[in-house]
Amino acid sequence: MSSIGFVLVAIIISAASGLPVALSGGASRRGQAISALMLVAAGVVGLVGVLPVFASAATSSLALPWGLPSGAFAVGLDALSGIFLVPIFIIPALGAVYGLGYWHPADRPEDGRRLGLSYGLLVAGMALVAIARDGLLFLVAWELMALASWFAATAEAGKSEVRRAGWVYLVATHVGTLVLFAMFALWKATAGSFALERNLAIQPEAAGAIFVLALIGFGLKAGLVPLHVWLPGAHANAPSHVSAVMSGVMIKLGIYGILRMTSLMPTPDQWWGWTLFALGGVSALAGIAWATGQGDIKRVLAYSSVENMGIIAMGAGLALVGKSLGRPSLILLGMGGALFHVWNHSLFKSLLFLDAGLVIHETGTRRLERMGGLAKRLPLAAALFGLGAAALSALPPLNGFAGEWMLYLGFFRGVTAGPGRGLPVAALGAALLATVGALAVAAFVRLFGAVFLGAARSAPNDDHEAPNVSLATPDNGLAAHGKGKAGGSARLAMLAPMVALGLACIVLGFAPGLVLPAIGDAAGTWANLREGGRNLVGLADFSWSLPLGLALVGVVTLLLLYFSFAARGARKPGRGTWDCGFAAPTSRMQYGASSFGEFLGRNLSFVRVTRRKSRRPRGAFPAPGFYSSKTPDPVLDLSIRPLAAFAGRSIARMRILHQGQTQIYLIYVLLATVILLIAGVAPS
Amino acid sequence: MIDTIVRFLLLLAFPPIMLGIVNRVKSVFAGRKGPPILQTWRDIAKLARKGLVVSSTTTWVFLAGPAVSLATVLIAGSLVPYGPFRSPFGFTGDVILFAYLFGLARFFTTSAALDTGSAFEGMGASREVTFAFLTEPALFLALLTLARLSGSLDLNGILLGPAGGFSSATAAPLVLVALALGIVVLAECSRIPVDDPNTHLELTMIHEVMVLDHSGPLFGVITWAASIKFFVLSTILLHVLLPMSSGNAAIDWLIFVAGLVAVSVGVGVIESIMARFRMRRVPWFLTGALLCSGSAFVLLVR
Repeated sequence: MSSIGFVLVAIIISAASGLPVALSGGASRRGQAISALMLVAAGVVGLVGVLPVFASAATSSLALPWGLPSGAFAVGLDALSGIFLVPIFIIPALGAVYGLGYWHPADRPEDGRRLGLSYGLLVAGMALVAIARDGLLFLVAWELMALASWFAATAEAGKSEVRRAGWVYLVATHVGTLVLFAMFALWKATAGSFALERNLAIQPEAAGAIFVLALIGFGLKAGLVPLHVWLPGAHANAPSHVSAVMSGVMIKLGIYGILRMTSLMPTPDQWWGWTLFALGGVSALAGIAWATGQGDIKRVLAYSSVENMGIIAMGAGLALVGKSLGRPSLILLGMGGALFHVWNHSLFKSLLFLDAGLVIHETGTRRLERMGGLAKRLPLAAALFGLGAAALSALPPLNGFAGEWMLYLGFFRGVTAGPGRGLPVAALGAALLATVGALAVAAFVRLFGAVFLGAARSAPNDDHEAPNVSLATPDNGLAAHGKGKAGGSARLAMLAPMVALGLACIVLGFAPGLVLPAIGDAAGTWANLREGGRNLVGLADFSWSLPLGLALVGVVTLLLLYFSFAARGARKPGRGTWDCGFAAPTSRMQYGASSFGEFLGRNLSFVRVTRRKSRRPRGAFPAPGFYSSKTPDPVLDLSIRPLAAFAGRSIARMRILHQGQTQIYLIYVLLATVILLIAGVAPS
Repeated sequence: MIDTIVRFLLLLAFPPIMLGIVNRVKSVFAGRKGPPILQTWRDIAKLARKGLVVSSTTTWVFLAGPAVSLATVLIAGSLVPYGPFRSPFGFTGDVILFAYLFGLARFFTTSAALDTGSAFEGMGASREVTFAFLTEPALFLALLTLARLSGSLDLNGILLGPAGGFSSATAAPLVLVALALGIVVLAECSRIPVDDPNTHLELTMIHEVMVLDHSGPLFGVITWAASIKFFVLSTILLHVLLPMSSGNAAIDWLIFVAGLVAVSVGVGVIESIMARFRMRRVPWFLTGALLCSGSAFVLLVR
């Protein structure tokens, strides 16, 4: 069987993987287990099909008969598709295994059926998007992916918060699809067919219009600011393994769409690259700045996805500029960095979402202000979260750094060896990436600290704790089991996929050279350059990464051994933290997520809006004081919602015309006809 | 070979002496006799012999803070060239690794601070990460300017400059780069006017407040690592301020050490004649560094 055949089989297995859940009524453990097994099998089959694409430059394609009047069932597999297919076949399979521990089917059979069916279809839709080589087929797959992800994300539709977020997502994704309709129509009009093949006959004006439409339509899915409005809500309210798939895999297909379309068109004008780069830069900076203010563990992760998509777009923008200038080193380093970051982000962001799910499962809340000190209860989860957070903050020697290192190398190379043009992109890119990196450290230290470090903020033995604030208040129905309910096997099912993802982050960080040829081939495929893999290996020499990683780990391990030896017996119960002489500190006096983000917010006020409410204790007999802060989304909460409310109010005024009687509507029809007649007659 | 050995001896032994010089300069200004130059080394040795108290709130993260900060500064220190002596480990793109190693250290020191659950240490961590996002782009733009000047992508090439030395036409950008780097050194090494290592009030500190709970060997390692960071960043600054090479190894080493002493004296003088900025003024100062290095870049490529 050819490569593409394996992929198609994997798609069919994935699509069918919801059936065992649905047929068993949604409440059976066994149905869920069979479904997970099918997804793992689909992943293995799919990878068997995909991986050979990187070894040989050959592409594999297939055209099947299809009943629709125009369009064709044309699918193909090349290195660019392959880069995106690898996470599609890995992450959802791991997520399904995780779901065995996370999602108890017996509790909610209806939701379980919905989730099981849509999860499998989502995987199938995503894989089909990545291999579709025909405009109409692409749109069908795209819609399948969008709708399946909507059903999966709103699996807990019983909650109003979920329904609200789902509504925004549904509107956003269909606006995107509508724009893609326009884009493919234009493609058909200029290229002559829906076939997604390299077409150099496209006029520059049409190509520019297609690029702008692709940027909007695909940018909505990728979550580039200001088109990210649906992303935080949908990712925060979906079940955690669905968040992992959406954030880790699905939104990347927005990037894939942009890359696929730009690879098919003739040499781009410089403004294409500039625009994509600027959108990416804004997304990266705004996404991470907004992440520093969120009080919900999953919203922080969602906003950081906006940031990471921005970084990917910056790399792709650099590659586009390189393509217009005819500089292969910029193309390979920019696109290579972007594609490597696609993989890296899918690994550490899924890890973090799955870990967040475990935390929510344990504590029964998503609110950071109620967490703290979980590192003692969940040591492995804490270590994995720290690993994922460090990888996401692009810290050496992990995979996030390896990816961004390539991007920096591209930017530096643009600065040192460039003729004047394209240089501002490079210089701005390096400075922006540095700022974003520092802010990522800030956002993730805040998150890691608020969730896992210090003391539990609402421990039962805390005297000063108000009785009505306790861990038992479930913000998320999943945790209705209460805290710590996850038994041994459930805990194992949740932890095993996380360990696998964490190991992958380490391996790709220590030895990025393993995957560099594949990434280079994909970058070469995108730009129609030969020997992309070999050239990229020449440009980005990773021989330092393994010695560096070993040196770091070695020195740190030695020091930790020494410290543990020196500190043996020093950590006694009752030896609390020294709070500068204050005798009775409580866990509520710790720096929490909002206090940690407060100083940041004051210095980020150029991009982040923070609403604060507080009452200080005053006078001799002070009333209880309070402080709360909120970071609304400037696009959704401060622009679109007020505008929509205003439009709604204005339109409501027209309600006077609606009397609900058929006769009156018939009179309107008559009036309209008369007016049209007059209008039609008047000029003559 | 000898040069490499000298490099490592200097990296390990000299940094605490620089702190001793700073303190001596400050005492001279204040009219005191002052501690011996080797006092920091004595403190470290004393701390290493002491026992320690560890809060029961903490986990392994608390221990990882000092461990990672020492490991990262040692590696960063072995990547930069000292005076005309090249680093034996240089590679294309090491300049990015260099900057991100400090990010790695920051991740773990601030996490270790939050691990204690103390409000003061949380406050210090919050300030540390906030100021970092202002200094990082300044540092990167400064390095980018130097990379543009030298046409090189590795620290050896970037810091040693173009083959024939910097041309006089690039004097203006270089002055601005030196200013930016100077501010970065003061901020990253927690010196006045950004942070006051000797204040008695925890509320006003950044770096020192983050390590309140570390004691004994942990604190000794932190002190040592902080001094090495000062040494490494001063080395970078020296490449811009004192780009000379006599050709004779012994003289070059002397020039290099004299330069480090001069930077320490300079920092001591600044600390003696300036007060610490109010916390909300610090970001302006750091933005100044960003403006300097940004302008330097613009001047260079205009």
